[in-house]
Amino acid sequence: MDKKSFSVIFSLVALLVITTPVFAAGAAALEHANVNIRDTAAIQRGAKLFVNYCLSCHSASYMRYNRLAEDLGLDEELVMENLVFADVKIGETMDIAMRPADAEAWLGAAPPDLSLISRSRGADWLYTYLLTFYQDASGGWNNQLLPNASMPHVLWQMQGIQKPVYATHDGVESIDHLVLAEPGLQSPEEYKDSMRDLATFAEYLGEPAKIKRKNVGVWVLMFMALFALLSYLLKAEYWRDVH
Amino acid sequence: MAKPASSFSKSSHAFMAWIDKRLPVSSFWQAHMAGYYAPKNFNFWYYMGSLALFVLVIQILSGIFLTMHYKPSAEEAFASVEYIMRDVEWGWLIRYLHSTGASFFFILVYLHMFRSFLYGSHRAPRELLWIFGMLIYLALMAEAFMGYVLPWGQMSYWGAQVIINLFGAIASIGEPLTEWIRGDYFISDATLNRFFALHVIALPIALLGLVLLHLVALHENGSNNPDGIEIKANKDENGIPKDGIAFHPYYTVKDIFGVSMFLLIFAFVIFFWPEAGGLFLEHDNFLPANPLVTPEHIKPVWYFTPYYAILKAVPDKLMGVILMFAAVGILFFLPWLDRSPVKSVRYKGMWYKIMLALFAIAFVRLGMLGMSEGTPAQTIEMRVWTFVYFGFFVLLFFLSPRLKTKPVPERLTH
Repeated sequence: MDKKSFSVIFSLVALLVITTPVFAAGAAALEHANVNIRDTAAIQRGAKLFVNYCLSCHSASYMRYNRLAEDLGLDEELVMENLVFADVKIGETMDIAMRPADAEAWLGAAPPDLSLISRSRGADWLYTYLLTFYQDASGGWNNQLLPNASMPHVLWQMQGIQKPVYATHDGVESIDHLVLAEPGLQSPEEYKDSMRDLATFAEYLGEPAKIKRKNVGVWVLMFMALFALLSYLLKAEYWRDVH
Repeated sequence: MAKPASSFSKSSHAFMAWIDKRLPVSSFWQAHMAGYYAPKNFNFWYYMGSLALFVLVIQILSGIFLTMHYKPSAEEAFASVEYIMRDVEWGWLIRYLHSTGASFFFILVYLHMFRSFLYGSHRAPRELLWIFGMLIYLALMAEAFMGYVLPWGQMSYWGAQVIINLFGAIASIGEPLTEWIRGDYFISDATLNRFFALHVIALPIALLGLVLLHLVALHENGSNNPDGIEIKANKDENGIPKDGIAFHPYYTVKDIFGVSMFLLIFAFVIFFWPEAGGLFLEHDNFLPANPLVTPEHIKPVWYFTPYYAILKAVPDKLMGVILMFAAVGILFFLPWLDRSPVKSVRYKGMWYKIMLALFAIAFVRLGMLGMSEGTPAQTIEMRVWTFVYFGFFVLLFFLSPRLKTKPVPERLTH
């Protein structure tokens, strides 16, 4: 074998070794929410859902109402009227009245703060979670993505009631898919859109600076590219006399 | 010819003379910049040193501003980081500069060290230069580890738990040693507080001191080069190396170009990919530290995972810890393990190229395996690459004086 073909084969094997994935395919496949952080209208709709359905049990205690108003281009008065139900001022954070000890006694576990849920779990996870609630044989709520979670299906009136269809693979019975047994106020497509809005809001909630970050980033990169070009020309000019 | 000196240039000369009489500014500039000659054939690999220095400055500056808002207490640490991310003006940028800077520091340092493997920059007379570099690497690892604990997320907490417990494997003094490190029976407020002190004061001072020694040692003999030959062996009638060029302006302008390209990549990550898919900022670290809930899958940050894989490859805990520290420790001996008559990979022949490529693959692959869940198949793979990692040094020691080399030119090539 000549040197060239040896090095080609060697590089190919190396590439193969390096790129072989190391993670087992254990994680459940997630639905893609395709959230778009620049879709301000979606964030606004998601915020409305959030304060109506989530904020009674879950806090978002790193998020301030006036930040919401500023980032979403809303009037502070409008926010106070439509999004703030607690007796708080506009500069305060999205806290809840329920004390953690009470929550634990009533619900089994204190509902986690959702400020950073999109950063620890991801928007797709949240979207899938909200789509896969079902009513099990006992008549209680369960979830396909997070089995036996203590959270009830708060949005069941919107989505309707899903029931599981089981299938047996290699002797193990598991949920194959969910069917809508009782329709809700929204059609399945409308419900998916609502949950996308909620996931988009969660994405924003996890990092409110994200919109600004991306906007500023474009200008920074353009400046850096110009700087790189000028510094290259400067270097080339000086180095003309190096042989 | 020269124009008659203006009164401004006369007075500025007088001013410099006044300064130089009291502080050796001009002679320092001459010795280390304008009259410091470096080989003219530096390539891509020679940007890494100056860039690492640049990132050190970024870390110190961004760190100072983070310290103004961060609260080093178990109660407040996590919330204060979110306060920085949300309520401090441009706080998110300062935090991402620092978190991304930490990862880039390691990327640059690993490339910088690999350059030495390529061109033999650690070989005589630059052994101490290499040793100081290794000490910087050790201090950097300690600095990064303690910095990672400060946001007080789940990975901060449990990562620290795993790493500190490694010291518990040492016979008889293990347990008391871990308590001494933590300042408590478990990772707690006391641990966080002391790690903060070490991260913002002690280790940065040690790092700066070591960097200074690294640079003094570098300037004593000057840089090596991709050909691995001494440019000072060939001087012209003025005593200037024929293949040398003045560091200033040639390498100052070249390094400015290097900085600009680096910033392009660095800014891209900061503004568009700061989590780097969970590598630079891990998903589980966005959950506050909770001593009662163990995360499903604890792993250190990416820059430690090659060593973590070596630890996990060994069934016995103490042996694993020893092998892991040996993997770092053996690097100190590199200048004496390589006994080849030539320095650069260019003149060492095919055997070294293959060995070095395998070593590099082993390191990267171990890094990836160190993040994995550690299935039995992955454990076997970790053992194979651990063997390759150490095999490189053993083979280098025994083969390097014997194997064929190519003739080394007298003057630099390109």
